[in-house]
Amino acid sequence: MKAIYILCLRQLKRYFRSPARIIGSLGQPILFLVALGFGLKAMFARAGQGNYINFLSPGIVSMAILFNAVFSGIEIIWDRQFGFLKETLVAPVSRLEIVLGRMLGGAIVAFVQGLIVFAICFLAGFRIVRSPYLPLAIFFMFMISLLFAGIGTVFGSVLQDMQGFPLIINFIIMPIFFFSGAIFTANGLPKALQLLLRLNPLSYGVDGLRGACSNVFAFGLATDLGVSLVLTAALLAIGSYFFSKIQL
Amino acid sequence: MSAIIEVHDLVKNYGGFCAVNHISFSVPAGRIFGFLGPNGAGKTTTIKMLTTVLDPTSGKLLVNGFDPTHQEKQVRRSFGIVFQDPSLDEELTAYENMDLHGVLYGVPRGERRKRTDDLLAFVGLADRKNDYVKQYSGGMKRRLEVARALLHVPQILFLDEPTLGLDPQTRNHIWSYIQRLSREQNVTVFFTTHYMEEADRVADDVAVIDHGKIVAQGSPGELKERTKSATLEDAFITLTGHAIREEEANAVDRMRMMGRAWRGSGRR
Repeated sequence: MKAIYILCLRQLKRYFRSPARIIGSLGQPILFLVALGFGLKAMFARAGQGNYINFLSPGIVSMAILFNAVFSGIEIIWDRQFGFLKETLVAPVSRLEIVLGRMLGGAIVAFVQGLIVFAICFLAGFRIVRSPYLPLAIFFMFMISLLFAGIGTVFGSVLQDMQGFPLIINFIIMPIFFFSGAIFTANGLPKALQLLLRLNPLSYGVDGLRGACSNVFAFGLATDLGVSLVLTAALLAIGSYFFSKIQL
Repeated sequence: MSAIIEVHDLVKNYGGFCAVNHISFSVPAGRIFGFLGPNGAGKTTTIKMLTTVLDPTSGKLLVNGFDPTHQEKQVRRSFGIVFQDPSLDEELTAYENMDLHGVLYGVPRGERRKRTDDLLAFVGLADRKNDYVKQYSGGMKRRLEVARALLHVPQILFLDEPTLGLDPQTRNHIWSYIQRLSREQNVTVFFTTHYMEEADRVADDVAVIDHGKIVAQGSPGELKERTKSATLEDAFITLTGHAIREEEANAVDRMRMMGRAWRGSGRR
């Protein structure tokens, strides 16, 4: 337990000590929020869909969490490169404790980053609906954080160096973001893309978060909750498995 | 004296390349054992297998009576290690690196603090203990790694080129401490080095490995006698030849270089 705590604390220290990293990773979500939010706002309203900023903001928060959580997992590669990974792998603690500490730390970092983006969305005009589901917004944000910390851990454990990083960002993470319902709904999409959206693990987190803020769930609250919980548990297990197989 | 490290017919293949080729040796408890060889001879690969981070292709290993491939936790509890490559978290302070290590090894808080302070003073880093490791010079980082390996008192100490980049004063200082540790607390020391006079001075026994095979074993005196050499360095060259070895850079080495270039232009 202590090992989990100290490794989690390490991730947090590294994050909070690096203002460049905190501010740097805000750039992308803010760009999407401003460019898409204000760019498409009028069109969205004309189509009778209401306030686009309200629709988009949960998607942008999810995006910030997605990227930060995956990146925290990929940090394993840096730790391998700069050598610190060895120090943890020869310690007399189980690899499960090591990887849980890492994933938890990475998830908290991503979650905090999500909260910051949440606040920025408010500045851009995002408004939430008073609803009994509101506390679930926190829950869904944390589920997305853990889920993608797990996926990032799989990448970080399998990749030997950073050469494969653009591949993962462009062919896995960007598609996950675009086809998650973060910036548009499934309505009117071609069947294949609708299916993709249905199979995307982020879709349920985005819908849960949006539902908690607006009281309207596209998949239904029970589905969002159930799928998020099961997927998160599964990915934490898969991430741990891949990490335990690392050889130096 | 019973053996605390036993290696029997150990093999490690990477694809078609044989890094460690059927080696056998044993290290008696409480002795200082020098594992010598040119670059790329298989020293670090052997240490990786002994310390549970790499699975052997075949062969039998026993560390403190446990098998590193199946009883990882018992083995990991038995040793401390200074790696050949850096292994510190540069974004943490020296004190935090020590503390994290102490927690991972289950050293109780009071003892952890006291030993951390003592050891940082011992390696001359007491007044820099709250500085980030990224601000340290190469030699300071090395001293910190040595201090960290000594934080918990292990039964076996693996030192993979521990004195690389250290000045003679610091080398002497650290070796006399390690010799005392071995004598007084019966700690077994398994080390590699390229400084042959260092090996001659501190090692009770040495084994020379070349191209993945052990070519000679015995006390430094015996090796010198057998090769009719005046120094261990001459004996070493007689045993391993004059050819300069090429070491294949692996992915991690290449990336470390990339990282250096990237960080160099970015942060400073």
